[in-house]
Amino acid sequence: MYTIAYKEALTDVTKLMVVRAPHVARSARAGQFVIVRIDEFGERIPLTIADYDRAAGTITIIFQELGKTTKQLGKLIPGDTLSSFAGPLGHPTEIDNYGVVVCIGGGVGIAPIYPITRALKEAGNRVISIIGARTKDLLFWEEKMMTVSDRFIVCTDDGSHGRAGLVTEPLKELLEDKDNSIAKVWAIGPAGMMKFVTLTTKPYAVPTIVSLNTIMIDGTGMCGGCRVLLEEGARFVCVDGPEFDGHKVDWDSLLSRLSFYRDEEREATEYYEHKCRMDGAKTMTRK
Amino acid sequence: MAELKPAERMKIKRHPMPNQNEQVRRGNFTEVALGYAPETAQEEAERCLQCKDPKCVGGCPVGVLIPQFIKAIREGDMVQAVEWMKVKNNLPAICGRVCPQESQCEGSCILGEKGEPVAIGRLERYVGDYELAHRTCPLVKAPKTGTRIAVVGSGPAGLTCAVDLGREGHDVTIFESLHSPGGVLIYGIPEFRLPKSVVHHEVTYAVECLGIQIKTDHIIGRTYTLDELLVDFDVVFLGTGAGLPSFLRIPGINLNGVMSANEFLTRVNLMKAYQFPDYDTPVKVGRKVAVIGGGNVAMDAVRCSLRLQELAARKNGDERGEVHIVYRRSKDEVPARQEEFAHAGEEGVIFDFLTNPVEILGDEHRQVRALRCVRMELGEPDDSGRRRPVERRGSDFDMEIDTVIMALGTNPNPIVFVDADGLDRTTYGTAVADLETGRTKKRRVWAGGDVVTGAATVISAMGAGKRAAADMHAFLKGESAWD
Ligand SMILES: Cc1cc2nc3c(=O)[nH]c(=O)nc-3n(C[C@H](O)[C@H](O)[C@H](O)COP(=O)(O)OP(=O)(O)OC[C@H]3O[C@@H](n4cnc5c(N)ncnc54)[C@H](O)[C@@H]3O)c2cc1C
Ligand code: SF4
Ligand code: FES
Repeated sequence: MYTIAYKEALTDVTKLMVVRAPHVARSARAGQFVIVRIDEFGERIPLTIADYDRAAGTITIIFQELGKTTKQLGKLIPGDTLSSFAGPLGHPTEIDNYGVVVCIGGGVGIAPIYPITRALKEAGNRVISIIGARTKDLLFWEEKMMTVSDRFIVCTDDGSHGRAGLVTEPLKELLEDKDNSIAKVWAIGPAGMMKFVTLTTKPYAVPTIVSLNTIMIDGTGMCGGCRVLLEEGARFVCVDGPEFDGHKVDWDSLLSRLSFYRDEEREATEYYEHKCRMDGAKTMTRK
Repeated sequence: MAELKPAERMKIKRHPMPNQNEQVRRGNFTEVALGYAPETAQEEAERCLQCKDPKCVGGCPVGVLIPQFIKAIREGDMVQAVEWMKVKNNLPAICGRVCPQESQCEGSCILGEKGEPVAIGRLERYVGDYELAHRTCPLVKAPKTGTRIAVVGSGPAGLTCAVDLGREGHDVTIFESLHSPGGVLIYGIPEFRLPKSVVHHEVTYAVECLGIQIKTDHIIGRTYTLDELLVDFDVVFLGTGAGLPSFLRIPGINLNGVMSANEFLTRVNLMKAYQFPDYDTPVKVGRKVAVIGGGNVAMDAVRCSLRLQELAARKNGDERGEVHIVYRRSKDEVPARQEEFAHAGEEGVIFDFLTNPVEILGDEHRQVRALRCVRMELGEPDDSGRRRPVERRGSDFDMEIDTVIMALGTNPNPIVFVDADGLDRTTYGTAVADLETGRTKKRRVWAGGDVVTGAATVISAMGAGKRAAADMHAFLKGESAWD
C-alpha cells in the first residue's frame, strides 16, 4: 500500500498528488513513468513521474480526470492509499547541452514537460517553452515554466489566455526565424498535438522527441499492448520508450489504437458514476 | 480391498475425470475438471503395478516418487501420500492440473504400452488438493542462518527456490514486478484450468510458515538493478520467466483487434476482465476470433475467447460468435496438453490445421476484417523431428475475422539484464546457466526456469528452482566454492 501524502488541484480537472513510494523515488528520473492501480478492482494505468524527492521517498504524479480511474483517483485525499505503484519504468530523458531547444507542453502534458525543461535549462541550453491548452481553466504551472525558460509562450485554443491558437503556430514562427537555429524539440501532450508538432518540425529536419502515452497493462514488456509502429517496425512503448523520435512514429495507427477501448472506457465511467450517485444517495438518506 | 493380482489390476479401466458439462462451462470461468472423489482415487490407485523399475519416475522431470505415493493412496493413508509427494514436488495441486502428463510420467507408464496408463496426474492433483485442505505436511523453517537471499520473479521457479531456501533457515525476499505473485500461474493460465485460489493458498502458506517476504511492484533492472541487489543480498536467484511476446512478421499486426495472447490472457486472468465492469480492465473479443498457434497458450486464449463471447451473447441476447485455432502444422503436432486440446474441441472451438496466416487485412477504421492465409502440406521432418509444413502454392484465401490473437511463443523479459554486468545471455536472449546447478556466469547469481530454457513447463521451472536452491544452500554453507 502506498499512501497519498499531499494533493493539490491544479485546475478543476487536473490533480497533483505526492505519493509515498520510496522504492520508486530512489531511482526515478525525469521522463520515466509509474504504473498505478488504485485497488483490487482497479486497472493498471501509466502516469508520468512529474517530480520525485529521494530523501522524502515520494513521487509526484499529475493527472487529468478523464475516465473512470482518473476520476476515482481524483477523489482520493491525503492519507488514502493506492494498492500498486510500480516503477520507475521506461528510459529516462536524455539531457545534454544541445544549444537552442523548444519544450512544448499541451494540457496535462505541461506536467511531464516541466522537469525536462528544468533539466535542459540546468544543462546550459537556451530554452524556449510553449505551453497550451484548450482553454484558460486547463492551464497550470505557468510561473514554474516561466522560471526555467529563457523565452516563454502560452496559447489557448479559444484565446481565453495568451495567444489564441495551437502551439504549432508559435513553433512554426520559431522554426522560420533564422536567428534561432533550433537544435531539438520536445513535445508532450495529447497524441493529436504531438502529431502536428512533428509534422511542423519535419520540413525543417529538427529532431523532435515525443513521449507516448499508449494503452498499457503490465508496463514491463510482457503484453505488447503498448506497441507503436515506427519506421523501423513495432516497438513497445513501456520498455523501448516512452520517448521516441516523433518523425518516425506512425501517428494514424497510434491514434486509432488509442481509441480501441473507447466504448468500454465510457461504459466503465458511466458505471462508476452511477455507483457513486447510489452511494451518495445512501449516505444522504443515512444522514 | 484384498490384494489384487497384476492381471486383475490391468483389467480395471482408467477412471475418467469428472468434468463440468461443456454447454454449461462455456459460459463460466470456473474450473472444468472437478477432481476425483476419494473412492475413484483409491480405485485408480489400484491400477498401479508398483513396478520394481518404475518407468513413470524416469518420465517425470523432477522424479516424483510415484509408486510410493500411489501405494499410500491405495492404502488410504493420505498423510503418507502427501509426505511421499513432497519429497520431490512442493506444488502438487498445481502440477497435477497443468503438467503435460501424456509426454512425461503417464507417457512412460508401463500400462500405456498395451492399454491406458495410470492417471498419475489426476492422482497427483488428488494428493495436492488433500494437502491444501488439511496441511498435514507443514513447512518448517530451520534455525535462522542470517543469510539474505533475493529471488527475482515469483513464478514456479522462483517460488520453489524461495520455499526450499526458506526451509533451510535463510532469509528470503522475493521481488516481483506485477502486483500479484505467481507468474504465469496467475497472469497466464486461466481460472477454469487452475483456480487462482490454489496459487494464492500456496503462496500465502509459504509466506506464513517461512517468513518469506514478497515485494510486489518491484521491477529488477529498474527499481533496483541486479548489481544493487548483490550489495544487499548474499546470493540472488533469477526466475524471471519468458514473458516477452513475439508477433508474426506479417502486414497488419498493428491493426485494432490484433493482440498478443499475453495481453489478452493478462487482461482476462490477472485483471479479471471477464468481470468487467465490476473490475475496471476491459477486454474486447469480437464475433469471429482467430487464435494463431497450437500450444497451451493458444488453447487458453481460444477457450477464454469462447467464454467471453458466450457471456456477451447471454448478456446482450445475440447469437454467439465463433472461435478458431489457426495452426500451420497438423493435428498430430499440436504441442498443447492433450486434455486442453480435447476440452477445446468439446467446447466448440473450430480448428484450422495446416493453415498459415500471411496478412491481416483491415477496414477503413483500421479494424481487422480478415485474415489472409495459405494452406500448408507436411514435408520432411525438421530439427524438432516434426514434419515441416510447406506452403501450397496459390492456395491463399481470406477468413472473415475481427479479432486476431497471436500465441506464437515468448522470449525472456529483457529488463532484468539491465545493468547486470557479466550475466551472459544466448542469442535467444536466455540467461546462460548451468542446467544442473543453475549457476550463471555472474558470481553469486543463479537462474532457472523459462529465463534459462525459453518457454517450457511449470514442472521444469520448479525442478530448476529446486536444483538451484540446493546448490545455493551448499554454496552458502561453504560446501561448494564458486570457482
Ligand atoms: C498461457 C500459458 C499457459 C501455459 N500452460 C502450461 C501448462 O498447461 N503446463 C505447463 O507445464 N506449462 C504451461 N505454461 C508454461 C509455464 O507456465 C511456464 O513454463 C512456467 O510458468 C515458467 O515458470 P518461471 O518461474 O520460469 O517463469 P514465470 O511463471 O514466467 O514467472 C516469472 C515471474 O517473474 C516476473 N518478472 C519478470 N521480470 C522481472 C523483473 N525484471 N523483476 C521482477 N520480476 C520479474 C514476472 O512478472 C513473473 O511473475 C503455460 C504458459 C502460458 C503463458
Ligand atoms: S510405470 Fe505405471 S504401473 Fe509402473 S509404477 Fe509407474 S504408474 Fe505404476
Ligand atoms: S504495457 Fe505491456 S508490453 Fe508495454
